[in-house]
Amino acid sequence: MITLKEIEKLADLARIKLDDSEKEGLTKDIDSILAYVDQIKEATVNMDYTPVPGAVHNAFRDDTTITTSPESREAILNEAPDREGDFVAVKKIIAQD
Amino acid sequence: MIDLKTLTIKRAHEDMKVGKYSAVELTQAYLDEISKKNPDINAYLEVFADAIEQAKEADKRFKDGTATILTGVPFAIKDNILIQGRVASSASKILEKYHATYDATAISKLKKEGAVFLGRTNMDEFALGGSTEKSAYGVTKNPHDTSRVPGGTSGGSAAAVAGMMSLVALGSDTGGSVRQPAAFCGVVGLKPTYGRVSRNGLMAATSSFDQIGPIAKTVAEAEIIFNAIKGQDIKDGTTISETTYSPKRAGKKSVIGVPRVFLNQGGISKDILKNFDESVEKLKKLGYEVRDIELPNAARALPVYYIINFAEVSSNLSRFDGMRFGLHKSGKDGIEDYFLSRGTGFGKEARRRILLGTYVLSSGYYDAYYNRANAARRIITQDFLKAFENVDIILTPTTPTPAFKIGEKLSDPVSMYLEDIFTVTANLTGLPAMSVPSGFSDKLPLGIQMTARHGDEKTLFEAGKEFLGE
Repeated sequence: MITLKEIEKLADLARIKLDDSEKEGLTKDIDSILAYVDQIKEATVNMDYTPVPGAVHNAFRDDTTITTSPESREAILNEAPDREGDFVAVKKIIAQD
Repeated sequence: MIDLKTLTIKRAHEDMKVGKYSAVELTQAYLDEISKKNPDINAYLEVFADAIEQAKEADKRFKDGTATILTGVPFAIKDNILIQGRVASSASKILEKYHATYDATAISKLKKEGAVFLGRTNMDEFALGGSTEKSAYGVTKNPHDTSRVPGGTSGGSAAAVAGMMSLVALGSDTGGSVRQPAAFCGVVGLKPTYGRVSRNGLMAATSSFDQIGPIAKTVAEAEIIFNAIKGQDIKDGTTISETTYSPKRAGKKSVIGVPRVFLNQGGISKDILKNFDESVEKLKKLGYEVRDIELPNAARALPVYYIINFAEVSSNLSRFDGMRFGLHKSGKDGIEDYFLSRGTGFGKEARRRILLGTYVLSSGYYDAYYNRANAARRIITQDFLKAFENVDIILTPTTPTPAFKIGEKLSDPVSMYLEDIFTVTANLTGLPAMSVPSGFSDKLPLGIQMTARHGDEKTLFEAGKEFLGE
């Protein structure tokens, strides 16, 4: 059984604010979902497998910058909730003592 | 009057070529249907104001002789596929005002052909669901019975095609999200081999499962769209080439395998099983040899699928931070901005899966869930590859039930997850799979699903066309 405290811990890790009214419903839902996916524990699997090379390989490219057009840079910056010049503006992260 | 009910890409192309009607007239015919039906069906979240302008460009190409098979063909596009400059919200509040800053690769390929984009279609938020009830913008209704769901997560795209509100559509398939709504709405839906179609510009749900796929009334049309959007792409390192796989056939005529034990596990509706047996008989009459096959680990596919889905979804949705794009809710500091933006922007199912993903990936549970699921994924894949040593197509129903009532499964998340029992295996294994209409239960459409070897969509198209008498 997952506890209310664990739900709060998960929400904290995932950076999601939950209303108190919602937490109980979530506990119930997540309990039933975990009970279902727990079937995986009965599966006989070889956990020590060495990954074998598949048909799909890593696709490498040169580590070079591709110049972005001023228009597309502008379009991207305009999607930010807040900007200052060519920067995305966010609240100060480091506090002063 | 254009007969939209029987219209196909080929017919429309030939008609526009000889000037029977123009691309503008064709687009207008669909816009008229949309204004009549969409207020009730809610397949579209937005109809593009410039659809007619796009069609005018297509008409120019018919005049100057540069028209291709898809020029002027009206498409409905799922709301998680980016079209530059247009809103792409994944039916979420967190992206309500987000404008795509580039074209998805599939979209730029369609643009080159001169296709017309009618609008963006409703879906379960971030492609998490199975009924289109998890949209932040209201449910889409099934055109065959408006008290029922159209399936999901590409429910808007399937309803648009079934309701004659678009000729064809693009959806995306993570665990059945093209095939299940296609079955519920009586149309064709294809999930290509993993890597066949670039995921560049498709909002990621479960990156190792996601594929863009076509939805259409006929198999021939799904094939035309597939051929237009497939191909290796430098912007998606998992895309494959024509020669990555070299599928070997078991016989001259495709041999069909039926996993009987898997089908008799219980929980499958009687109507579905009856229709499935009739479909098998029909294929036998068409000259196909049908063999029983075993997929001993397929029954484990659902828990394996969901564990990997939760893990990848929680990682993929971490990019929504309320800072770089999308909804921003201001708190007392930067950290609280995260909590408020994500807490208000994500809907219930997205929040639930993020928490579940965080759980299965957390230390202490990682081995028991995520690593174990990946090991089981390999075993399930081996089952399928082994079966394909003796058969060319694996046949199952697409869904365990016909379209269910709106609201019926909302209070029980596990029962909603069980809807995906037959479809998730194609995503776990990367195999191509297609749902084709196979008849009705009362007035509700049903579908059968054909799965083929990696890279062998051709076999699906051949058998699908024969099954539908195309």
